[in-house]
Amino acid sequence: MTSKIDTTGIRIGMWLFLYSEIILFGGLFVLYAVYFHNHAQYFAEGGKELNRVIGALNTIVLLVSSFTVAASITAIQREKKGQAIGLLLFSLFCGVIFLVNKYFEWGAKIHHDIYPNSATLQDGAPGLNIFFGLYYVITGLHGLHVIIGMVLLSISLAMILRNRITAARFSMLENSGLYWHLVDLIWIFVFPLFYLVL
Amino acid sequence: MTETQSFFETPSPRGQTGIKAWLLTHDHKRLGLMYMWAILFWFVLAMLLGLLLRTELMGQGRTIMGPEVYNSMFTLHGVIMIFLFVIPAIPAIFGNFFLPIQLGTDDVFFPRLNLFSWYLFMFGGMFAIFSLFFGGGFPDTGWTFYVPFSVGTKGNVSLTVTAAFILGMSSMLTGLNFVTTFHRMRHKEMGLMQIPLFTWSLYATAWVQILATPVISITFVLVMMERFLAIGLFEPDKGGDPLLYQHLFWMYSHPAVYIMILPGMGVISEIIPVFSRKSIFGYKAIVVSSMAIAVAGSLVWAHHMYTSGMSDVSVFVFSLLTFIVAIPSAVKVFSWVSTMYRGSIQMSPPLFLSLCFIYLFTVGGLTGLVLGAAGTDIHVHDTHFVVAHFHFVMFGGTGFAFFAALHYWWPKMFGVMYSFRPAYIGAVLTAVGFVFHYVPMLILGMQGMPRRYYDYLPQFETGNFLAGFGGYLLCVGILVMFINLFFSLRNDRTAPADPWGGTTLEWSIASPPPMENFVAPPEIKGFPYDFSEVIARSRKEGR
Repeated sequence: MTSKIDTTGIRIGMWLFLYSEIILFGGLFVLYAVYFHNHAQYFAEGGKELNRVIGALNTIVLLVSSFTVAASITAIQREKKGQAIGLLLFSLFCGVIFLVNKYFEWGAKIHHDIYPNSATLQDGAPGLNIFFGLYYVITGLHGLHVIIGMVLLSISLAMILRNRITAARFSMLENSGLYWHLVDLIWIFVFPLFYLVL
Repeated sequence: MTETQSFFETPSPRGQTGIKAWLLTHDHKRLGLMYMWAILFWFVLAMLLGLLLRTELMGQGRTIMGPEVYNSMFTLHGVIMIFLFVIPAIPAIFGNFFLPIQLGTDDVFFPRLNLFSWYLFMFGGMFAIFSLFFGGGFPDTGWTFYVPFSVGTKGNVSLTVTAAFILGMSSMLTGLNFVTTFHRMRHKEMGLMQIPLFTWSLYATAWVQILATPVISITFVLVMMERFLAIGLFEPDKGGDPLLYQHLFWMYSHPAVYIMILPGMGVISEIIPVFSRKSIFGYKAIVVSSMAIAVAGSLVWAHHMYTSGMSDVSVFVFSLLTFIVAIPSAVKVFSWVSTMYRGSIQMSPPLFLSLCFIYLFTVGGLTGLVLGAAGTDIHVHDTHFVVAHFHFVMFGGTGFAFFAALHYWWPKMFGVMYSFRPAYIGAVLTAVGFVFHYVPMLILGMQGMPRRYYDYLPQFETGNFLAGFGGYLLCVGILVMFINLFFSLRNDRTAPADPWGGTTLEWSIASPPPMENFVAPPEIKGFPYDFSEVIARSRKEGR
């Protein structure tokens, strides 16, 4: 290896990985597209049962956290360690809020006997079953990505605290940030597809 | 050539000793060899499973195993061969070993990620073994895991698809590593049209690995979710569509066959010019056709589903696209043959195996057109014809390219030369056995014998017996080749740096290469297949 670190290369690797993540979700969006075509009416009906206020709130929370992550990278570049730590903590806090909201949302649905293989969905219209099936799979997988993103941000935070991430070397933080933006980006597609359908 | 220590003597990172020097290594060459031993193990295992299957089919009725075991066994044969041999074989072994060298650099861009990919590969393999013994036993679904059967069967599908998921991850990260290495680590003086064709083919493969693998990952996740949660995404009663599973599955698994064959084509593109002492015919055409196969190959997946109940329009479109993929493949065959035309051909085991490749791959490609045309496909769909076609391409193609690569790069990897005679004997036995093994299957398929069936009608017995006989010949041939190679490891490391007269960069360094690959800065040629120096050298030596 050359002693100089090739940050462009590291970024290329990360972007390639992000492409693969997008395609991972792409497979699910293909399913969504086909089933939306097959059961448009039920998808609209199912969408009305989801809580748009919580959904919108979560969208805002993620957008804000994406901004603060980006800001923390700028802060590190300007050698303002304290600021970067504060911004990252805030982003992590946003992640927690997102998950708590999700918890209440899922909880309420499960309370109403709407979850995969529940009696209500089994006996109800097939279109609704598919809508909620996809809802749980996609938001579940997205939730998992939120958690992974938070782990990455936490690692970056720890590395900042130990001065392993500095103005000269911040690829880890940048890549974690990119991952966090991806989580945000996917949510921006998930939100209208489920909450605002028709 | 200055005296240098080979990478066998120099651990990377420094200071590691014994087994740790291998298990914690960042050296792409050591990782390539570690992949090699693991992959050879899987290959021999799955080959023997295949032999047992064919033994069972040699006579009508029960011969050596019951139908349940038979079903699990062909699934296991398929899963191991696909996910643990054909997909990783050439990229993970020879790609890891030679891609950085051919690019004139010292390692891949992410060496630690490379090590991580190896561990993922090993874990995936271990999961596959675990699934044999835990839960309901190994699945009996075939390697395609079609729903609804894969959701309902008692076999341990979840563990097996987890294994495939992990192996997919490993393959994808290797691809990611190669693309980044290709762009960022390439020698500064090496332009795009100065890159050896093997590396080009790996680059095209790597893109398919990155872009197609996540689709299979999500498909396998969905199969697991269906098994645990019974969501019903592929169940018609619950509003799902089983056909969508097949679409998602083949969206990866068809591009995956190009992951399997493209590196093999790259190997052949290296070997043919070296032993013809002549520059490769149509270098740019081969580069373009590799990329064209990668792109077009990603758009043909539904030709596996002509009889699944798709619309006629999709059948038409996918059939057309399938025929288009045949063009770049034929361009390559044309280029190889033209390279040999009026060349100064020197026979050697790698060249012999490459010639077998061209012949068998051509048969595989042409039978592929029979299957790609919607009309004829309906006649032979899901028969032994498909099995024979697939093995002609994957085994006659990639398998023989793999053997050719082993024989071509063996002296470079280990610094030893093997004896030619057993290599030729093994190769001839393998090729003859291959033809005996698969040609009867082509005929059986056209006569209507379905694939994956445990038993058959009396009129198919002769063909099945012949195929079984060919299978034994084939396995003996392969074992002769392997044993010959392994025995050569006892020889002294005396292989010269360039035993074949190769022109790409790996032949400019010692065999086996030193840890940092290039002790002196590599000299990048204007064109990687310029044989004028090699020819001048051999004239001087009076050969």
